[in-house]
Amino acid sequence: MFTARKSALLHLSLVALLLCFAGTISLAQPPAGGPDTTRTAIVPRAPGNPLTEDTKGDEGGSITVRWTLSPDDTGGFITGYEILRAAKLDGPFKSVGFASPRATRFADGSTFDDSSYYYKIVATGATGSSETPVIGPAQSSPQWFNTNRGNVLVIGFLVSGAILYYIASARKGKKLFIRRIAGLEAVQDAIGRATEMGRPILYIPGIQDMDDVQTVAGVTILGYVARTIAEYDTRLEVPTSRSIVMSTARETIRSAFLAAGRPEKYSDDIVHYVTDEQFGYVAAVDGIMVREKPATCFYMGAFFAEALIMAETGNSIGAIQIAGTAMPAQLPFFVAACDYTLIGEELFAASAYLSNEPRQLGSLKGQDVGKSIAMLVIAAGVALFTLNQITRVQWFASAGQWLKDLFLLN
Amino acid sequence: MRRQIPLIITFVVGAVLIIAAFIPRAPFGRLGENFSLYFDIIAVFAFLLGGGNLVRIHGVRLVRGVRMAIVEAKKGGGSWPLKFLIEFPFLAFGGLEDRRGRDWFFSMITLLGFFAMLAAGLLKLENPGGWQGNVTNPASTFQHFYDSMFNPLQATMYALLAFFVASASYRAFRAKSAEATILLVTAFIILLGRTPAGTFVTAWVPDSFSFLQVPNLANWIMAVPNLAGQRAILIGIALGVIAMSLRVIIGVERTYLGADNY
Repeated sequence: MFTARKSALLHLSLVALLLCFAGTISLAQPPAGGPDTTRTAIVPRAPGNPLTEDTKGDEGGSITVRWTLSPDDTGGFITGYEILRAAKLDGPFKSVGFASPRATRFADGSTFDDSSYYYKIVATGATGSSETPVIGPAQSSPQWFNTNRGNVLVIGFLVSGAILYYIASARKGKKLFIRRIAGLEAVQDAIGRATEMGRPILYIPGIQDMDDVQTVAGVTILGYVARTIAEYDTRLEVPTSRSIVMSTARETIRSAFLAAGRPEKYSDDIVHYVTDEQFGYVAAVDGIMVREKPATCFYMGAFFAEALIMAETGNSIGAIQIAGTAMPAQLPFFVAACDYTLIGEELFAASAYLSNEPRQLGSLKGQDVGKSIAMLVIAAGVALFTLNQITRVQWFASAGQWLKDLFLLN
Repeated sequence: MRRQIPLIITFVVGAVLIIAAFIPRAPFGRLGENFSLYFDIIAVFAFLLGGGNLVRIHGVRLVRGVRMAIVEAKKGGGSWPLKFLIEFPFLAFGGLEDRRGRDWFFSMITLLGFFAMLAAGLLKLENPGGWQGNVTNPASTFQHFYDSMFNPLQATMYALLAFFVASASYRAFRAKSAEATILLVTAFIILLGRTPAGTFVTAWVPDSFSFLQVPNLANWIMAVPNLAGQRAILIGIALGVIAMSLRVIIGVERTYLGADNY
């Protein structure tokens, strides 16, 4: 046994020694593609093809300077590119910024619109620097349309157009098929269970404010849930982490109770503010769960690290739990800890689904058109890049890249 | 009109902000930022509502709880203040029969914490520089409370996550079905691939089969099937946000306004 261990140690030592030796050899080798070693004593060469242009798609106040890399911009020979600017051709030039090695553009965001500027780009290294000829004049100006977002506009028009078309179709009485969402089908049962057990229902509308669309979705679903709760005459508790969410949720629940014909059952105390602090809020919600032992817990909105803490506490008290969020990182936790989870888009579809109102359902159908477009483009992109790999025809890769760039939204 | 005005405001603001996303020129370029600022200003005023609600709810709970506890202590005669002190843990934590009076001690702690932080911040207690100084100065009472009480409490809550991850994983990874078994195997590879043990156990695999080494397998799972699934969810979310926003902007969805269109 001892011999085997000793032998293994010997092997490890030998391997380590070999690795060190290999490392020494690789360190001793000159870096591949490095600068001409005969030039190390002289200054790095200037970058090529300098040009200036008004920064596209901005609100003005910015000029973009472009260049091609200095031939010596390899192996750390160049420490960066300094951008010099002057109001006159003959200077004086002052530094307006520094671009890192391998960079080929710099946006000077400190210009005044309609004023002329001249630029020089200086390649700097440890041994000295060299500059390009003066370029310019260039002027900055604000644009009326952000061309960088042209693709977003086209895709937005397509998707929004489809949604509006289906809303209009539904308004005219066209029958639409909407797939069953298990988590929403279970809402009625979950409320019924709480009623039978005589225990309250806890509703958490996320921890973000009303400027987050997930919170809007959460509060909207709360309206439908509250109406059923009012009909079943069950106790509802809604702790919120934002004051505006508290006010909005109160108004929503008040209207739901009124619509259910139970306005007398409504009380402002149903919705109460806890704290804006994430973990302070989760501590309070966990406390409510452990003390009140709600039969049903809803989590609908934007959640972060607190998602699992709440869902696991709800699980430990035996509550039936329905969650919905559009935070991809929290979805696995909800799926693991809750009985039903509305994944991403289902959260936004929930209010339309629960309302069963044709116009709202029409918007869901419009979403499907967007999904179809996405699927077609993904399939076409995959096919083009695969064909490029098989046939080595560059056109396929160029077409695939064009498609990719078209749908890269920024 | 009570219904129409909010709908008109929503439509106008929504439409203008969509247009502003494509027009960089002033005044459109900074509209998004400015509206966020307006929202923050409104939120500051709304905080008074929230703080007021917190004080009211816990104040009522505290007064009611103490009153019930005194009534309980007076039962059976004798000196009630002494009995109150002796039976304090029982009276403060769930000992009262009436549910509405229970756990008033937590309300007391909440109010104490709220007013202590408020006083330390508003009055700038022990603040270097007095009223002119910053409350986040390390020597101030506010920052002292924050660093020595609030931060450790937050960290404690966050630390609970480790245990909850373990218990949730245990349930999720039970091989009850084919899907759960795939999940279990995948999770095992990822977990192993993220530890030195993962590198060690498959270090013998030759370089020509390096994709079978556990860390590489884990990286592949994260970069290909996992990323593809996440992107599919993200595309769905983006479309859902567009549809939801359009419903809100054109007034088809108005539940959040408290409108009676259920």
